[in-house]
Amino acid sequence: MPDPMRIRANALADGVDVRVLMSHEMETGQRKDGSGNVVPAHFISNVTVTHAGKTVLSAEWGPAVSKNPYLQFKFQGGKKGDEISVTWVDTKGETRTDKAVIG
Amino acid sequence: MSTSRREFVKLSGTFGVLAAIGVLTEEQALAQQAAWNKAAFETRNLADTLKALGGAGVTESKAIAITVPDIAENGAVVPVAVTSRIPGTQNVYILVEKNPNMLAAAFAIPQGTDPGVSTRIKMGQTSNVLAVVKSNAQFYVASKEVKVTLGGCGG
Repeated sequence: MPDPMRIRANALADGVDVRVLMSHEMETGQRKDGSGNVVPAHFISNVTVTHAGKTVLSAEWGPAVSKNPYLQFKFQGGKKGDEISVTWVDTKGETRTDKAVIG
Repeated sequence: MSTSRREFVKLSGTFGVLAAIGVLTEEQALAQQAAWNKAAFETRNLADTLKALGGAGVTESKAIAITVPDIAENGAVVPVAVTSRIPGTQNVYILVEKNPNMLAAAFAIPQGTDPGVSTRIKMGQTSNVLAVVKSNAQFYVASKEVKVTLGGCGG
């Protein structure tokens, strides 16, 4: 089971500010290990953020996104106490969903 | 009604071809499930990337703000923020000109979400970082150079 994400969602005057820190190796498939073997690619390919049953952001990522990816964006229509949900899927089909309450 | 022989032949033909050219490996089937634009992530120049994203030309735009450091000491972690002031921004793409594959990240911005994202990317060497925005089937671009003193691909 992959490590949980750290999610912070704050209701500001100009919308809900969402910050997510995921825990993932984001292996590019171009790196070699100590004995010269290529380390196979393994990275988060899809991220979806939902609020009140509606997708507020979806992303497709390549291996060029940094290890332990960070994501920040803002959306309208959320308020304090609402829940948001973040889901990622990686190239091995592993997935993780975490929820956070807007503060 | 059962599938007629003609239709069956047509169908199996299609799948046969897909499997033969390697379109339907297990890994790719998974990626497809989650709608990952493999073609776009494998391109090596801007024209091909745009084509894979469904665009033809691209217009330079001053309405896209791209925030990157002038000098990145560590190419493995380069913070990038893109904000678009183009009305009807639907997609934001972050590209690195000199990475092995240009496209780093693609974001779909639904209505109600601000057309801006921040993330962190890897850069192999000093290069232009491009922010491409799609609005009403048109593509716009802005770019900024980041000097990398230590590449992000060596590990």
